[in-house]
Amino acid sequence: MPRKSKSTLRALAVTLVIVAGAWALNAAGTAYLNPYVYRILVLCGINVILALSLNLVNGVTGQFSIGHAGFMAVGAYVSAAFTVYATPRFFGVMPGASALSSALPFVIALLLGGVVAGVAGFLVGLPSMRLRGDYLAIVTLGFGEIIRVAILNIDAVGGARGFAGIPQRTDLAWVAAVAALTFVFLRNLIRSYHGRALLAIREDEIAAEALGVPTTRYKVSAFVIAAFCAGVAGGLFSHYTYLHTNSFTFMKSIEVIVMVVLGGMGSLTGSVLGAFILTALPEVLRFASSERLIIYSLLLIVLMIARPQGLLGRWEFSWRRLFSRRPKAPTEVA
Amino acid sequence: MQELFQQLANGIAWGSIYALIALGYTMVYGILRLINFAHGDIYMVGAFAAYYLARLLHAGGPEPSPILAAVVLLGSMAICAGLGVAIEYFAYRPVRKSGRLTALITAIGVSLLLENLGIRIFGADPKFFPQLVAPRTITLMEGVIVTNHQITVVIISIVLMVALTLFVQRTRTGKAMRAVAFNRDAASLMGIPVNRIITITFAIGSALAAAAGVLVGLTNPKIEPLMGIMPGVKAFVAAVLGGIGSIPGAVIGGLVMGVSEYLVVGYISSTYRDAIAFIILILVLLLKPAGLLGRNVAEKV
Amino acid sequence: MNRRNMMFRAAALLGLLLAFAAGCAKQSNVIPIGVYGSLTGGTATFGISSKQGIELFMDNVNSVGGVAGTKLHIQVEDDQSKPEEAATAVQKLIDQDGVIAVLGEVASSRSMAAAPICQQAGVPMISPSSTNPKVTELGDYISRVCYIDPFQGMVIAKFARQTLHLTKAAVFRDNKNDYSVGLANYFSESFHAMGGTVVSDEAYSEGDQDFKAQLTVIKQKKPQFIVVPGYYTEVALIARQARELGIDVPLLGGDGWVSDRLLEIAQDALNGSYFVSHYWEKDPNPAIQKFVADYRARYNSTPDALAALAYDAAGVLVNSLEMLNKQDPAAFKSLSGPRSEKQKAARAKLRDLINGTKDYPGVTGKITLDGKRNAVKSATFLGIKNHEYEFVAVVEP
Repeated sequence: MPRKSKSTLRALAVTLVIVAGAWALNAAGTAYLNPYVYRILVLCGINVILALSLNLVNGVTGQFSIGHAGFMAVGAYVSAAFTVYATPRFFGVMPGASALSSALPFVIALLLGGVVAGVAGFLVGLPSMRLRGDYLAIVTLGFGEIIRVAILNIDAVGGARGFAGIPQRTDLAWVAAVAALTFVFLRNLIRSYHGRALLAIREDEIAAEALGVPTTRYKVSAFVIAAFCAGVAGGLFSHYTYLHTNSFTFMKSIEVIVMVVLGGMGSLTGSVLGAFILTALPEVLRFASSERLIIYSLLLIVLMIARPQGLLGRWEFSWRRLFSRRPKAPTEVA
Repeated sequence: MQELFQQLANGIAWGSIYALIALGYTMVYGILRLINFAHGDIYMVGAFAAYYLARLLHAGGPEPSPILAAVVLLGSMAICAGLGVAIEYFAYRPVRKSGRLTALITAIGVSLLLENLGIRIFGADPKFFPQLVAPRTITLMEGVIVTNHQITVVIISIVLMVALTLFVQRTRTGKAMRAVAFNRDAASLMGIPVNRIITITFAIGSALAAAAGVLVGLTNPKIEPLMGIMPGVKAFVAAVLGGIGSIPGAVIGGLVMGVSEYLVVGYISSTYRDAIAFIILILVLLLKPAGLLGRNVAEKV
Repeated sequence: MNRRNMMFRAAALLGLLLAFAAGCAKQSNVIPIGVYGSLTGGTATFGISSKQGIELFMDNVNSVGGVAGTKLHIQVEDDQSKPEEAATAVQKLIDQDGVIAVLGEVASSRSMAAAPICQQAGVPMISPSSTNPKVTELGDYISRVCYIDPFQGMVIAKFARQTLHLTKAAVFRDNKNDYSVGLANYFSESFHAMGGTVVSDEAYSEGDQDFKAQLTVIKQKKPQFIVVPGYYTEVALIARQARELGIDVPLLGGDGWVSDRLLEIAQDALNGSYFVSHYWEKDPNPAIQKFVADYRARYNSTPDALAALAYDAAGVLVNSLEMLNKQDPAAFKSLSGPRSEKQKAARAKLRDLINGTKDYPGVTGKITLDGKRNAVKSATFLGIKNHEYEFVAVVEP
């Protein structure tokens, strides 16, 4: 069998396993979990996608984006608008199995949201690649704010009153599947030739350029991929809870950065962990009622002082290491 | 025409506030390369410190006294200088060596802490800021009206900018600050007490934020624990716009932000007020990536 | 090994903590009632006011033995002023604390995030102050005790047009606040229909400090009055800055103006202005007098509109609980027990009683819920003269 089709087959198999696993997880969650815990898991999953994708820009490529919520908002509103305005027209009369006929438009909506967010990522990324560090950061911040103000002024998506009437399509299966696919995709990307180029840019941009890495093209690509994933996450979000611009403030971008840094910059496993911890922490702290956010912010400061490299550093989870005969000690930087 | 002059006058007054906050940002950034996200919240604490001081001293009664007003202003600046130094010592110093994003997250943590402590201690409801100086309106020309508070704000901003520039350019400490900003390790090797210089920088930057807080309280007498978020972000944008690290740049950036916001509302649309400030920023950065007055530093290899 | 050991211990501790928290929530022989609101975040002040109004009412009920001898237990959760957090908070109240009814949110967007969860779980939700008409359309378990935007917008337009005889309006709306946008839209619509014109429509954002740019534009258009359908937090500053720019026309507003802080911050700037209120502080009605006095004694400030509406939302709920006890004591009893089919039926009965509320004598007026579960009640217009509120008119629905 030629090598190419073999790898395609493998990708297909992995996707199938992930989808089946997500479906099983959802079935188990619906049956055994308290809806409150289930809901938190869904939000965790959405945050995992956001944190993973931001890690590609901030952790792997070493750039500095603080406007991730803006891309999420683009994806959320575009996919929601597609579902509300286009789906009834194009899919309303579609015959056939109900599960498939409702899944297909949702997949299209999610992808559309992702693509438009990716285009936005390109528009922001391309000109800003002249800028470095904090200047880039401030441009991404500005972009997030501009998007929010623009949405507030579009009446078709509800403006300040929020976008009502979006069918609730997202469940744990969708979120888990997308999160797992994102993880596998990014992990493979980082291990690929292209991923090495991104890492080289992080370590030393000038040296990378000198070695023939087209740095601008790679940086913009990382931006576009991250924006695409954030857009899909936004689509999942807008089909799960009431859609309003207050969910995509500057603080949301910050929250995602904190997940990435807390988990460990450059570690995908770390981003997953960070997303879970930071989504669950405010819930665990509910017993403290009005002191909740005071404790939360104190914990954040203390954690950064105690473990500046994040919880996992650059350590990465690996099946191979788990099953190998001689378990190697985690290579973490203490 | 009247309308244009009115918008410009108010825009300059409003921009001066951004300039004052941006000065503190730019100083801290110049020395530590740290976006001090808590800066906007120190501005809030400054306003509240003045609020409680004024109530303690019974300033702002029916017959406001300028001496008490000065005492309140200086007292609040002193309190915030102390706060800034404490934040640097307890939160930023331990993470100084561990990467810029770590420091940034710590700054965000401090910012959240100040906001939520503010809600807990001061209460979430807006407070009326006592009128330390009785408000008066002054007609500059036919149809162009400003208040004495706005004029005070502009004058104080200019005075502080000039004083700061002189301090940084003419004094020994200022020279040391520039040395630390240029190269911290080399400065340390030359015998400059880097830690002390950083402490002084934080004290000055925080005192400036407090001054801005008091002046905003005076002109727009409503203060609340979250009042620092938006001005904080916009002042940082102003600092970047002017060229971060540059003192005159911060002031010019602040004025440009303030005036452009006013012109946007006056001649384009008020619904896009916040967005267009950022659009202008992006355009300026694309043309001049180091900001208006920033120097384009070549990357060291 | 050491590290793993520590991790294990930390996890065990966390588990214990969670179990403890879960155990705490279950108290027998009380009726658990959930409250969610923005205790932190951008609109914290509104959430805290609402919470205080509810707590005041519930503590009064509990101090005389509760409803038919069963005390009410209030569980309050914060939503950080974010819609997705509101949904999570309500899900937690329903599934973790087993509440039988939910009181909340001020912001319509957050009520709309939480409402589907209440509807699906069959838990009645009364919103004290969400004015978007769509909120109660989300299901028959959702009701409210405040005016809806179309009504209040119409009332303001009618007052300006017919009582003040004005024709040229300027609208100054809070573009980030759903209440303000809704009210502004419905005002403009009604005012047009009554033959008025809106000469200027400008926007600001929640939390802004400076409004002079927009006010300068408004001044140029020479309106006869300015409608500011926002909250007192910004209105007072807007009034001050308008006067500083030499704008001397009256300002008109909705119930978002109601607060002690309004005149404290605005000082004399609002003299000659009018706004919609739910009640008049000096109304001789003993219920109002008691509410204002109790609130002031407990929280050291006069209640704003949000506190008053929350007080009434709690009142409507307790009133319905009392009726349920009278009509079906067994069903009432099941509300303080564990989740069961019987309790579900009891909650449905409670819902019907809430939706059938008629002439409940609240502090914000006589509350009757119509077929769409919206409160029908009169609007009181107050004027501001020499730093004092004065009664101007009552507009019946």
